[in-house]
Amino acid sequence: MSLSVFMFYLLSGIILTFSVLSVTTRRILRAAVYLLFVLVATSGLYFMLKYEFMAAVQLTLYAGGIVVLIIFSILLTHHISHRFKRPELINLLMGIGVAVIGSGVVLATLLTHPFRATIAPELPVDMSAIGNQLLSTGKNGYVLPFELISILLLAAMIAAIIVAKKDKNKNSEI
Amino acid sequence: MIEGIGIEHFLVVSTLMFFIGVCGFIIRRNLITMLMSIELILNSVNINFLVFNRYLYPDQMQGHFFSLFIVGIAAAEASVAIALIINIYRNLQNIDVENVSEMKY
Repeated sequence: MSLSVFMFYLLSGIILTFSVLSVTTRRILRAAVYLLFVLVATSGLYFMLKYEFMAAVQLTLYAGGIVVLIIFSILLTHHISHRFKRPELINLLMGIGVAVIGSGVVLATLLTHPFRATIAPELPVDMSAIGNQLLSTGKNGYVLPFELISILLLAAMIAAIIVAKKDKNKNSEI
Repeated sequence: MIEGIGIEHFLVVSTLMFFIGVCGFIIRRNLITMLMSIELILNSVNINFLVFNRYLYPDQMQGHFFSLFIVGIAAAEASVAIALIINIYRNLQNIDVENVSEMKY
């Protein structure tokens, strides 16, 4: 077994183990830390695919941004020592049933479908190529979704500030 | 393309991760842990896009753009959701989904 195959199975093992732990643990802060492990191992998979830019985006945005945001919100809303109640049996059975049936259907489809790769020569994917195509208006250009997502991010930022802001009138009444 | 690993291996990993996320979304009763399950789901879809790009269409970059946009949308969604969760906590003193049946202002 070569080293890259070993690394792939190690990373997939980390991803699957810690995602199961992240949805089953009864301490919420541990769930966030397990989620962090899953995201970091995913960026390892991207490194194995030789997509360094996406791996860096994954590390900075997901592992650095979203997990920190989640941990902050946990610290604002929970006691550290808080433990969840066990889930109700019907919920547990429903969740596991949906997961087993769904993954069975998807895996049966995946493993029987023949995937055919193109024979076109491989394109070197570096940051300048990604940036040029992302901002080009020509064929295969992605400038319109780029502008749309910039507006979406602005709207989300303003909405988050307005929603989480304390109401001044309410405070003065109290 | 990695020597000795077919595309199915990656797809099996991302499928299992997706359905673990779905299972967590159904089992959990807490808003923040449900948000974490959604992050798992989005992340597994990202893996799928990049693997298809690498293995099936290595001459194009569509998978990159789709996963970049998914990451951006996940960040926007997490920020708005956490703002809402903090506001709900301020009003109701806990964030279980059963208690969030009224969202009156």
